[in-house]
Amino acid sequence: MRRAHFKFSWIVPLLLAPQLLVIFTFFYWPSAQALYWAFTLEQPWGGGNTWVGFDNFRKVLSDPYYWGSVRVSVIYALATTILAMGMALTLALFVDRQLAGYRVWRIGIIWPYAVAAPAVGLAFQFVFNPGAGIFSYINTISPGWWDLSKHPWQAVTAIVIAGAWKQVSYSFIFFLAALQAIPRSLTEAAAMDGARPLRRMIDLQLPLLTPTFFFLLVINITDSFTDSFGIVDTLTGGGPFRATDLMVYKIYSDGFRGFDYSGAAAQSIILMCLVMALTFIQFRYIERRVHYT
Amino acid sequence: MTQKLATATLVALAATAGTASAERAKFEYWYGLTGDLGAVVAETCNRFNASQDQYEAVCVGQDGYEKAVQNTIAAFRAGKHPTLLQSFDAGTADLMMSGEFYPVTKLMADTGVTIDWADYFPGIANYYSSKSGEFFSMPWNSSTPVYYWNKDLFAKAGLTEAPITWEGMEAAFKALKTAGVDCPYAYAPSSWIDLEQFSMAHGVPVASNNNGYDGLDSELLFNTTLHVQHMENIKRWLDEGLAQLRTPAAGKSSRDSFVEGECAVFFSSIADHNTVHKLKPAFAWDVQIIPTYEGVERKNTVVGGASLWVLSGKTDEEYKGAAAYLAFIATKPEQQFLLENSGYIPVTKSTYEALKAEGFYDKEPYINRDIAMKSLTWTEPTPLTRGIRLGSFIQIRAEWTAEVEAALAGQKTMKEALDTAVARGNDHLKRFAATYPGKSFP
Repeated sequence: MRRAHFKFSWIVPLLLAPQLLVIFTFFYWPSAQALYWAFTLEQPWGGGNTWVGFDNFRKVLSDPYYWGSVRVSVIYALATTILAMGMALTLALFVDRQLAGYRVWRIGIIWPYAVAAPAVGLAFQFVFNPGAGIFSYINTISPGWWDLSKHPWQAVTAIVIAGAWKQVSYSFIFFLAALQAIPRSLTEAAAMDGARPLRRMIDLQLPLLTPTFFFLLVINITDSFTDSFGIVDTLTGGGPFRATDLMVYKIYSDGFRGFDYSGAAAQSIILMCLVMALTFIQFRYIERRVHYT
Repeated sequence: MTQKLATATLVALAATAGTASAERAKFEYWYGLTGDLGAVVAETCNRFNASQDQYEAVCVGQDGYEKAVQNTIAAFRAGKHPTLLQSFDAGTADLMMSGEFYPVTKLMADTGVTIDWADYFPGIANYYSSKSGEFFSMPWNSSTPVYYWNKDLFAKAGLTEAPITWEGMEAAFKALKTAGVDCPYAYAPSSWIDLEQFSMAHGVPVASNNNGYDGLDSELLFNTTLHVQHMENIKRWLDEGLAQLRTPAAGKSSRDSFVEGECAVFFSSIADHNTVHKLKPAFAWDVQIIPTYEGVERKNTVVGGASLWVLSGKTDEEYKGAAAYLAFIATKPEQQFLLENSGYIPVTKSTYEALKAEGFYDKEPYINRDIAMKSLTWTEPTPLTRGIRLGSFIQIRAEWTAEVEAALAGQKTMKEALDTAVARGNDHLKRFAATYPGKSFP
């Protein structure tokens, strides 16, 4: 029996080096720095810091408003993920059926992914603005009903819709690719057995999509925890009264706006742990149901 | 006096420069102003560069005060910071504590540039100087709050005067309402106006230790002063329909509500005077000093806006250039250039007197703009009206805003909201003090 093996060659570390360097510089180094700051009180302009042990974590975790922020972050992540993946799947199924003009739709649906989050937030300003947006028509029927500055649930709904809209295209590309990877022969065989499109979708296509589904679930949840800043900043600014103060947004406002680098570092570590824990749970409990063929 | 000396210095500098090489000494200046006002800064830099041939100011806009400070901190930590930074007051507590700046009084003395520091209005001088009276930073774009009122709507309600007491304001709101004005007062929560300047004008403390000047162990006190009653009044006016909440999140900003003729009154910085003028409201309007409650002896308000900081760790050449630039912007022509292109106010007495003598404030669009000076100089600054020197102040403002918004939405009473804001603000203050153990404000 022949075993394939590689001789050690300098070319291997050499080829790996640039990538490792990038990861080290932009991920491990800042993360280590954040971890260190999380246990100190760091002076923004340099000039030293004081070791405070777990004080920063204790302070953050004993703050009821921080738990409010965690709660709304979880709601936001779940709602945007469900909404975005649901819409993406629906759209992908239609495009896959090659309905009239599907090539145009395909490009049209991919586009939003190229839009930066703050731009998405601004665009949705025109939709949700209580005075001038599309939603202001509701207010002409029942004055003052739609008001992002008064009703927390409306503000949360607004950022969820904007966030989901931005995520749809990413999931769409993957769903479509996965659908097109399903062998035609399978679909045709099912059709010959008399399965209508809806039946084929439920019994054939969806089960075959589970690996993609799982991958997108992990990515979408991670993304909605970490990439919601631009939308919140432009659409609600964390208000009304902290109702949309997502964890990433709070890190920004405490750290960069309020110069509390250490408090923000502690929050970053907590966010990182939370995302890791969620990913772990997904791999542990959901992946079991995924069949890779 | 200042400008004469400063001009003389500039001429002297220019003369020596003539013989020097054509190579100009460059220094960087990062500023926060954006839009039209950012263009004014850029233009001021061009004027400076054209006025002499020894130094070159490289001016870089940073897209807002907050970002200017954030970017400068990041650059500072990497050793690539600018010589000059334009910063707003709330962002400078950490800079003061770090000591990583070159006090302008000292800079001018070291570089041999003469500035008549006594010429600065005391309300401005106190705000930007240390306990010993040394200027930390160079005052430049300065403002103070006023309120804007729609003369036509007031006339409709039979009112010709803009009241200067809150009791008078309430009566005016009622009269306006009776006369069919749906929105007498466009209210937008502003910690700067409703809390800080309100407390100054009434001579009540925002925090202990004379608003933080006398030590880092300060505690917030605004839940125990007249401020509570004032915020409760605002809530009541909103409930009674005498005022309406007008914020961008609620659909329309208070300024837009005013300019469009919908609301009769809104509060803002005098810096908005120029903007409101440019938006050309279709009615007669004017500005008035912020009101006080009856039975209170009115005090001065303090400046807002920003000042220019000189940062540490630069070369002598860069410092000389920065000194020349700061002397340049203190001259009367340059102050006037800023005033003509913005709503800001003069910072020195001599410039103000000269402008008044020239009739600057008698013609449109500057008529009555100097009412801000009246507010700033109402009394000599007292220990409680020098200003506010608290760490983590941006966060304290955010706590105040979030709590007040919650109270206005009916989630809690105003007193509960302010108590919470104070308790949370005190936590921020303790944290700030712990970050700088054993130190105090210079």
